[in-house]
Amino acid sequence: MTHPLRDKVAVVGIGETRYSKNSGVSDLTLQLQGFKLACDDAGLDPKKIDGIVAMTLGACSEDYMTNFGIPDVRFAARPEMGGASPVASLQLAAAVLDAGICNYVLTIVGRNQRSGQRLGGGMGVAPPQFKVVAEHEMPMGVFIPAQWYAPMARRHMHEYGTTFEQFAAVSVTQRYHASLNDNAMMRDLITVEDHHHSRWVVDPFRLLDCCLETDGVAAVILARADRAKDMRHPPVYVSGVAEGHPESPMSITQRKEMTVFGVTKAAPRAFAMAGVGPKDIDVAGLYDCFTFTVINQLEDIGFCGKGEGGPMVESGATRLGGSLPVNTHGGLLSQGHVQGMNHICEATRQLRGTAGASQVKDAEVALLSGYGDYGDGSVAILRR
Amino acid sequence: MTTVTTGQAQQYAKPLPRATPDSEPYWQHLKEHRLHIQRCTGCGKFRMYPRPMCDQCYSFEHEWVPASGKGTIYSWGVVHQPVHPAWREEFPFAIVEVELEEGVRLRATMVDVPSEQLSIGMPVEIVYDDVTDEVTLPRFRRAL
Repeated sequence: MTHPLRDKVAVVGIGETRYSKNSGVSDLTLQLQGFKLACDDAGLDPKKIDGIVAMTLGACSEDYMTNFGIPDVRFAARPEMGGASPVASLQLAAAVLDAGICNYVLTIVGRNQRSGQRLGGGMGVAPPQFKVVAEHEMPMGVFIPAQWYAPMARRHMHEYGTTFEQFAAVSVTQRYHASLNDNAMMRDLITVEDHHHSRWVVDPFRLLDCCLETDGVAAVILARADRAKDMRHPPVYVSGVAEGHPESPMSITQRKEMTVFGVTKAAPRAFAMAGVGPKDIDVAGLYDCFTFTVINQLEDIGFCGKGEGGPMVESGATRLGGSLPVNTHGGLLSQGHVQGMNHICEATRQLRGTAGASQVKDAEVALLSGYGDYGDGSVAILRR
Repeated sequence: MTTVTTGQAQQYAKPLPRATPDSEPYWQHLKEHRLHIQRCTGCGKFRMYPRPMCDQCYSFEHEWVPASGKGTIYSWGVVHQPVHPAWREEFPFAIVEVELEEGVRLRATMVDVPSEQLSIGMPVEIVYDDVTDEVTLPRFRRAL
């Protein structure tokens, strides 16, 4: 039976500010600019937006209502899945649009994450899903994602023989992709040696294993397929979408299999909903807060077997021209960090055929993943 | 029993655990230099970190049972740049994931092993670090 939500909604607008170290404007100004860019791309008056998904650490829905004078928002939500939230928000949007609750859902993320409040400065009041780690692990000196995930990466190296060269392959590949992208923060090509010579952040992560900190905002607008057909750009359909939460979602430490992410549950649901499999994917945007998370998700999503992610990235398969180009915009590692909303924008460009120098020829089906907090996952499959 | 003291009560600048009603016995036991773990009275399952109910049988009844304090290193990471100013003089330092004999894990730091000597599977045992007059944190050393 065809999944009732397959292809029922489409991405109709994308917007991205410049990604930089210092936007020169306030968080809220940047967020409003991102919101407007997505509306402009869709050809929509912002007042028509009647569904808003705003993320943690960003502006709230009411900010947008206030500043754009939006008269009647019928749906507003705020997912709490960290970097898995943007892709998971496509599932929220699909459900509420198909149900007829509203007509246009705008999902948005980003802020001055480099020139403003940085993660390393502490996160202020910890969100509720962090309370166990705040009590038991912060007193040990554990504060930031690099510290949370380093033991997972080492465990992967131990169990599967994953190497620093394979971590480097992810970094080098994505920097090459970013070199083709006018709106990428880091465009100078790097080598495996550059990766190895970059300083340690949290061993086994070097600087070039870690994503950027970015001033920037990205936003995506979705509408029902019937409405999407008459808009400015050809619709990019949400064929499949799902979220998945890992075992022991509040504590990586207590997870029996530390290298198994929530995407292991989301991916089969998304593939089944879309009626496609890993071999049908032409281009992928995988959440790349660290090089290791790309390798692990290639496995957990089913592009290769467990333990084969390292050899896969080392083979060149994920580079433009390979069998599965991954993060053709440069990703969080080299384009900029807006929690993967930039991956959704890039997948949309790929399927519209407007990805410029990074265009994957005849791309028809794209896969996106999100990864956040202590292993939350989300997967979406888009098609033109 | 081994004790180390890394904190000076008046100057301790690192974050301290804020016990909840569910975890208070855990911290109280540590203060007495005992590692106790919650075990479900209904089905016998150990659980960590402390919480009200058993995810296997849904019982709210539990007991605090003494743990051996021995385990092995499941994984680790070495922090090379300070995030919190109170650690500024200490990095690099290793954060280890210790799998206790009872099957649950603790994320903690080592007191005596340079990070380059760490390995997965290394036997370790708990030491009690009285960081303030009120709070004792679990740390680990190479098992003797």
